[in-house]
Amino acid sequence: MKPLLEVRDLSLSYHTLQGETTALSHISFSLMPGEFLAIVGPSGCGKSTLLNVICGLLPAEQGVILMDGSPIRTQTSRIGYMLQKDHLLEWRSIYKNVILGLEIRGKITPEKKALANEMLKTYGLDKFANARPSQLSGGMRQRAALIRTLVLKPDLLLLDEPFSALDYQTRLNVSDDIGKILKKEHKPAILVTHDISEAISMADRIIILSARPATVRKIIPIDLGLKERTPLISRNAPAFKSYFNLIWKELNQNA
Amino acid sequence: MHELSSAQKKYLLQQKREKQFIAVMRVLLFLSFLLLWEISARFGWIDSFIFSSPSLIGRTFLQMCIDQSLFTHIGITVKETLLSFLFVVLLGIGTAILLWACPKLSAVLEPYLVVLNSLPKSALAPLLIVWLGANQKTIIVAGMSVAIFGSIISLYTGFKEVGPEKGKLIATLGGTKKDELLKVVLPSSVPLILSTMKVNIGLCLVGVIIGEFIGAREGLGYLIIYGSQTFKLTWVLMSIVILCIIAMVLYGILGFIEKRYIRRM
Repeated sequence: MKPLLEVRDLSLSYHTLQGETTALSHISFSLMPGEFLAIVGPSGCGKSTLLNVICGLLPAEQGVILMDGSPIRTQTSRIGYMLQKDHLLEWRSIYKNVILGLEIRGKITPEKKALANEMLKTYGLDKFANARPSQLSGGMRQRAALIRTLVLKPDLLLLDEPFSALDYQTRLNVSDDIGKILKKEHKPAILVTHDISEAISMADRIIILSARPATVRKIIPIDLGLKERTPLISRNAPAFKSYFNLIWKELNQNA
Repeated sequence: MHELSSAQKKYLLQQKREKQFIAVMRVLLFLSFLLLWEISARFGWIDSFIFSSPSLIGRTFLQMCIDQSLFTHIGITVKETLLSFLFVVLLGIGTAILLWACPKLSAVLEPYLVVLNSLPKSALAPLLIVWLGANQKTIIVAGMSVAIFGSIISLYTGFKEVGPEKGKLIATLGGTKKDELLKVVLPSSVPLILSTMKVNIGLCLVGVIIGEFIGAREGLGYLIIYGSQTFKLTWVLMSIVILCIIAMVLYGILGFIEKRYIRRM
């Protein structure tokens, strides 16, 4: 099987008047179709920078990123990006927020509108279609933000610590929700997080990055031996703990 | 609706009483000021030729209403204020958008804006008269000159405060700078625009009066200058009272629009 996304020997530095800081150093990995990849690493190591480069917001200084064999620059419309905060616009209703991407891309068609309504219904937000974002709970807002991304039908989803702004209980619920949604939609995704449990509970493979400048320390395939896998069920799997310890050790080795 | 507890009722009553007290005191203060003024003038404690009196002002007002000359003056001043306000709104928002869209341009222009904003605009009025002539154009430009630089600066600062995060959201959805402006920056700045304009309408009135002082044959500013030169100080004081009322009404209209908008949100 050919990989959906290939990152080859990627390097990037930040430039300021005070000097140059290497953020990413010779990073290589690939993502298979339908695969859920998690990237963990110490905070400030450049995880978010990596996502910004993948989705084309930042140009790479060295190395190539290929999606289905073509350079990523030509493919950015196929990528959906979910940010840390939901950034729902308060002056728009939930429905209007959800179709923001369609509006921007000039793709408001009856079919797309129907899709947006259907997704709101599937994910339990249809009653709030005309509500303002402030009337929703943190978890519901995050779901609305996800629908805003998914309604564009991206072939690859990037998640930049999308649960970190939520309280712990909501966080478990929303990550379970979103894990299920992504499974259902068969979306390949890359999740960036500093939460090891979250990574193990959602990902098929985990990439461990080192402290800055970020390099790939290790890539660990996750196999919890479960038939039906959701993030919450995964957390109770017997193998969960040993994966946790393995990653914990790896992260702390030269911290 | 459920029954309110007696403590809650007492609290609400107390709040209501306090509000009423403040309203009554405001009116009383105003009335006693008028009364004291009138009495001082009648008993010769102050010279009513210089200080006038409420009754003199009232009589002049009625007289000028009857010969309708007052309405011309008020109309001219209000028209000039509204026109200069309109131009300030358009030019202010337009320039702020331009500065927001070109960071380099705003970096170049920043010191000039700061200097122009802190310059006392009344110093420009004599120049404007010479350059543009003693006509309404000059007065409208004078009105604009007082408000425009401050509104550009505060609108531009507000636009910038929307922040790069929202810009990133638009970029991840495939949008451009134009989408960022139309979908995020402008809609989120409506409250700022309204509150800036509430201040600006008063500033435009200031500028228009300055303009009328030196280059007009009509308007309340002209009436004030003419009155002071011919020692008709009742005219001057009456014009000032009318200006107070105009300022209050204009501010009140914009405040009403602002409230309506916030309630709709």
